[in-house]
Amino acid sequence: MFSRREFLMAATATGAILGSGVAGRWSRVMAQQGLSEESLLAMPAYGNVTLVHITDLHAQLKPVYFREPSVNLGAGEVAGLPPHVTGADFLKLYDIEPGSPEAYALTYEDFVALAQTYGRMGGLDRVATVVKRIRAERGDNMLLLDGGDTWQGSYTANATKGADMIEVMNALSPDAMTGHWEFTYGMERVQEAIEALPFPFLGSNIYDTEWNEPAFPPMQMFERGGVKVAVIGQAFPYTPIANPRWMIPTWSFGIREEDIAAHVQEARGEGAELVVLLSHNGFDVDRKLASRVPGIDVVLTGHTHDALPEPVMVGKTLLVASGSNGKFVSRLDLDVKDGEVKGFAYRLIPVFADVIAPDAEMTALVDKVRAPYEAELSRELARTSSLLYRRGNFNGTLDDLFCHALLEERDADIALSPGFRWGTSLLPDTPITVEDLHNGCAMTYPAAYRNSMSGEMLKNILEDVADNLFNPDPYYQQGGDMVRVGGMSYAIDPEAAMGARISDMVLASTGERIEPGKEYTVAGWASVNEATEGPPIWEVVEAWLARNPLVEIPEDRAVRVKA
Amino acid sequence: MNLTRREALRLSAGAAILAFAASRAGPALAGPAETEKAMAEFTGGASPATGRITLTAPEIAENGNTVPVSVFVESPMTDEDHVTEVTILAEGNPNPGVATFHFTPMSGDATATTRMRLAKTQNVIAIAKMSDGSVFMDKKEVKVTIGGCGG
Repeated sequence: MFSRREFLMAATATGAILGSGVAGRWSRVMAQQGLSEESLLAMPAYGNVTLVHITDLHAQLKPVYFREPSVNLGAGEVAGLPPHVTGADFLKLYDIEPGSPEAYALTYEDFVALAQTYGRMGGLDRVATVVKRIRAERGDNMLLLDGGDTWQGSYTANATKGADMIEVMNALSPDAMTGHWEFTYGMERVQEAIEALPFPFLGSNIYDTEWNEPAFPPMQMFERGGVKVAVIGQAFPYTPIANPRWMIPTWSFGIREEDIAAHVQEARGEGAELVVLLSHNGFDVDRKLASRVPGIDVVLTGHTHDALPEPVMVGKTLLVASGSNGKFVSRLDLDVKDGEVKGFAYRLIPVFADVIAPDAEMTALVDKVRAPYEAELSRELARTSSLLYRRGNFNGTLDDLFCHALLEERDADIALSPGFRWGTSLLPDTPITVEDLHNGCAMTYPAAYRNSMSGEMLKNILEDVADNLFNPDPYYQQGGDMVRVGGMSYAIDPEAAMGARISDMVLASTGERIEPGKEYTVAGWASVNEATEGPPIWEVVEAWLARNPLVEIPEDRAVRVKA
Repeated sequence: MNLTRREALRLSAGAAILAFAASRAGPALAGPAETEKAMAEFTGGASPATGRITLTAPEIAENGNTVPVSVFVESPMTDEDHVTEVTILAEGNPNPGVATFHFTPMSGDATATTRMRLAKTQNVIAIAKMSDGSVFMDKKEVKVTIGGCGG
């Protein structure tokens, strides 16, 4: 790791960034002032209410590398619109200089070189510095809102059933949260954890299946800076479908936009001047919802892990996308008068771990919750000579590694690995530790199954997941990426109709077409079915790494996208 | 919909008289033709207008074996102007008929909730028949998915 001084020199040397792109502010601030904690955090207070948003932390207490996607296609009307813009197109759209700190934070372009220059991002002790500073400046005018996917995604979160994250997040004093992966700890644990929270866990769209009654508080009213603020919580609508329903047997979810509309009316009726939707819907679902449900001033989006340098406007509604894994903290200053938003100032604050000083109290707390596991976390399993990452619509080298392990350790023809959007990145020529491995697979239903499946069944699975990703109506999408495959290749036409997107399925070992009526041995993990049998995925991958101490995973060509 | 327990009980007890459509044997899935036939039988050939009736169902079913579905029809529910019947059809089921609800002015409002089984992704259709013979329709696609790869 290079020193802070070298880092600042490199950042200043990127030079002036000219142009009048939609996000010029961010670039200019950095160019003019160089990259320093002051330049990242200094923002003249605007208006009377400040919303601070953090989402999809996936239990990353420490700074991480997280490569943004190279492929993130939009379906239907949103094709080519943010967040479905990546790489050089993203830089051009937002007028960001290639090679600049913000290019590193927001895109995959030149990721390895820039990661080596600018270092890791996130870390809750750095996030604490950001939050405490805003709180010091804005005091009673601020709300801190957590969009969920906070308690899951690391070795320590899994070992403590989220207790480590809850303890550390409580120290940040959020005002409300909603959730998704939180529910994979099961009803009993979730209820126990929520009862102990010093702030409300909101879920307008969660119902008790027995009586069809709301199972969670839908909304919380606050008064900040003399403004009545209503925060409506929206949990991930497809939790019982994308994750095991048997773990939360009497909770039903869904989008239920009519409920949100009713809560907006209720909030306005109670005198709310600012209505905020704290959402885990996913960006495209929220964009559609904002166009159909009137009266929401701000949607704090989550789930799809998008980071956008400025809000997307839908009518009068502001949609904020704050990224994932602690890479960013959003600050939205609003001027609310006479019951409406008169203006706003926004900053997507990139949490450069080498620039923003850690908050000492929070560092101590993070170290404390990790201490019992520290020796195991740092145990080296192998080294990688190539970049390992997951995020992207069709494949990632981390999943390719998982698929290699599944094929060989489980002696299968074909491997399937779910298209999760969480999972951190590893730079070339670095060790793979237990912590790194679990950042890609820490969960409560890790069994690596081994089943016989017909070619027809395989195609149905691929078609089903493809429709969950590419259905032109966002309300029918689930927000995960395509299931990853090993041992086979296929072609996909994202714009085709449901059931007609997948073709040219070929078994890699023989080069033969996959026959609908023929049976294949398939190994995978994270099945949503109860009583799935098999060793945890991390044991499978660890065994494979023991036999392959130096990993090299080239970019995969198994999926061909038809334009 | 945000029913309290009391309202839910009242609804199931007496607001509507529920009659499940008679089941017909046969493994073949219904096609649009069979659904059209069932619609024509219900409407007596009148072509349904949009509006007044709202069908609420999940976009993606959490469990295809028991999918909640609700209908609400705007109506004064007076002797002169009320809803007489609402039928729900599942276009892709072996038998498209799901349920038919009968109403009278005494029903108070024309609201009903039930659960249905969906064999696969398909359109669910609700049609309301009014006391003056006019018919209204709403339609929603419900996806039945294998699930498990979101996140």
